[in-house]
Amino acid sequence: MAMELVKEKWLNAINKVTIGSTAEEGGSRTKVVTLGGEETLPFLHAEGALPYKPVIAYEVWDTPARDWPEGLSSVYGKVLNEPFAWAKICVEEYKAELLCVRLVGAHPDVENRSVEEEADFIEKIRKSCGVPLIVVGCGDTTKDNALLPVCSQVLKGEHCLIGSVTQDNYKTITASCLADGHNIIAESPIDVNIAKQLNILISDMGMPLERIVIDPTVGALGYGFEYAYSIMERSRLAALAGDKMLAMPFICFVGQESWRAKEARTAEDQHPEWGAVLERGIIWEAVTAAGFLQAGADILVMRHPKAVEIVQKNIEELMGK
Amino acid sequence: MALSGLDIYKLLPKTNCRECGFPTCLAFAMQLAKKAVELGRCPYLSPEAKATLEESSLAPIRLITFGKDKKIELGNETVLFRHEDKFYHPTAVGFIIDDNLSDKEIEERLDRINRLKFERIGQLLEPELVAIRQNADKKRFVEVLKIISQKIDLSFVLMSSDIDSQKEALSCVADKKPLVHPQGKENLQEFAKLAQEFKVPLVVCSSDLEEMSHLTKALKKQGWEDLILDITAKSLTEEIWNLTQIRRLALKKKDRSFGYPTLMVVDEKDPYLETIKAADYIAKYASIVLMQGTQPWQILSLLTLRQNIYSDPQKPLQIEPKVYPVGQVNEKSPVLVTTNFSLTYYTVLGEVEASRIPSYIMSVDTEGMSVLTAWAAEKFTPDKISSSIESFGVKNLVRHNRLVIPGYVAVMSGDLEEKSGWQVIVGPKEASGIPAFLKNLTRTGVG
Ligand code: SF4
Repeated sequence: MAMELVKEKWLNAINKVTIGSTAEEGGSRTKVVTLGGEETLPFLHAEGALPYKPVIAYEVWDTPARDWPEGLSSVYGKVLNEPFAWAKICVEEYKAELLCVRLVGAHPDVENRSVEEEADFIEKIRKSCGVPLIVVGCGDTTKDNALLPVCSQVLKGEHCLIGSVTQDNYKTITASCLADGHNIIAESPIDVNIAKQLNILISDMGMPLERIVIDPTVGALGYGFEYAYSIMERSRLAALAGDKMLAMPFICFVGQESWRAKEARTAEDQHPEWGAVLERGIIWEAVTAAGFLQAGADILVMRHPKAVEIVQKNIEELMGK
Repeated sequence: MALSGLDIYKLLPKTNCRECGFPTCLAFAMQLAKKAVELGRCPYLSPEAKATLEESSLAPIRLITFGKDKKIELGNETVLFRHEDKFYHPTAVGFIIDDNLSDKEIEERLDRINRLKFERIGQLLEPELVAIRQNADKKRFVEVLKIISQKIDLSFVLMSSDIDSQKEALSCVADKKPLVHPQGKENLQEFAKLAQEFKVPLVVCSSDLEEMSHLTKALKKQGWEDLILDITAKSLTEEIWNLTQIRRLALKKKDRSFGYPTLMVVDEKDPYLETIKAADYIAKYASIVLMQGTQPWQILSLLTLRQNIYSDPQKPLQIEPKVYPVGQVNEKSPVLVTTNFSLTYYTVLGEVEASRIPSYIMSVDTEGMSVLTAWAAEKFTPDKISSSIESFGVKNLVRHNRLVIPGYVAVMSGDLEEKSGWQVIVGPKEASGIPAFLKNLTRTGVG
């Protein structure tokens, strides 16, 4: 008699979310990316279908990336000052499946770029590359409320993923994304209840549940990693057990967090016992990403091509049946 | 499964003889279910009932201890997800040393391993194990073991499929209580006898769960239960599945044939991929991870992951609230206020150290909450900070009255100045801004 394993019977699956739309669908992307759809916990193929693999998005900024440590900025070199060339390298050389465009320059404390300037920039990005797009605001609520609706309109029909909205600020951006056919990032501060509440608020405005992605606000390895890890596990368990208001894929901003960590930045002469700084930065980003994959991450927004390569290999292995 | 009072009652003699000190067998059963009395108080239990009851009171995953100086404890886990309680016994990390390396290569490896010590948020992080793997004859195996035991203070794993070699190695380091890894399932009974003789745990290898269950049951019958399961398989997905199944079978089905800690060997040449695979194992229940790579960046990242995964989710790590001097402080040194959440404090500490500007860090009791959370929960308020200044006697430490607060709580400046009588300077939001901030502060002569 074959041994009886413990297989859970989950009642619900994670929503499938599609980013991008091709010419036939009214957009101009060369392909689309679908994610989510998990019928079980991460990588337990024998228990349920895991139809789509987790995807990595490369981060591209509208303004020269500042405060990136040497080991990270040196791989990009001069293109960090030239967003279109930067995007091109990510797509052509590093084979990015998704780009995450951050409109950092719009922030009043950075360059305070006007909405028109950014709209123009986004239009150029749209024309210059064919991969599906994630567009993230500058983080200043007032500015983002003016900026993101305009970007949403410029990108109408492209079926982007746009964000972020929060519990205190979701109406304006949700309304635009809804009207222009985009998906939306719902950000909650490491809190399952707020994540759920926000999804309810957004869907009450008419946003279909399969157009929402949860940003659980992750911390880097060693910097609060475990809080988001457990929040993601809890939220995924609740979703699989039937909670439709939590059955959204996760987006994790891994690159932004891990390259802030002291371990990713501190020169070897200051901490000789930590080993080579370049490898340390890369592994910090890669292990942070791998950790969140085990908690259910669907989109990883990353920075270093070597870290991406490693995590990509890990994903391939984890998705191999 | 913990038995209910009624389940237990069914196993008792039901004679109500009162010798246990309770009026009825049922009353005794109820107390047993609560674990309030000892089973031995009933003298009339049948041997079968006794066995069943003893078994049911055992931990579903056996606690295995080994290693002499550094007593390693593994297993005895209670949950599948850390938020349900916590993970108790952190994954032991170790390095494989092949005995066909030259003495020089071995010594270099040992030197590298000996340097792998890190401090993070007040805890010392270091690997626990070194595994000697046989590729040559018995003589070399024992010889390498001797080199290693002279140079290193970690616990041992002996990896050899040769009974004689294992026996001789065990007699050399018997007092260090090593772990016996027979590198396969040949002669398992013999190995169990040997393990039993030396009172050390034994690794059982199989990537097939059904076979594993048969093997552990047979060993238990034979009388040796200090086991660790090596389920290293061909694919990572199979391994994640098996690790998950073992934990589930032990906890949810109370299947004792899987109630043991697990061991994974990382077989991956590329040091990046090796690290990632080890990270997957650490996240998904492995009790021991053995690898080759000894690069500090590999081990620092893995031990940090382990520290995160095995931290107690119910209790954020806290430090004692008080004033901490950093560097050669004097009466002019700046005073920075933060919370007593370990992560916050140590992040601030790291940056203050990096600035090389001697300062005081005042850690306010926020019950382990971070700055923003504590502020929202009213644990980091002008009142709380003012009374901390008083009770910590900050006035006696410095001859100025300027206080630096985190940028995120800038809004409390006015209120805090009023309550404390100190002049409030708003510091950076992120700790990474501290060095530049402090330099500026001292240059302008404010601090
Ligand atoms: S001693 Fe045993 S048989 Fe007698 S009353 Fe107590 S439980 Fe029942």
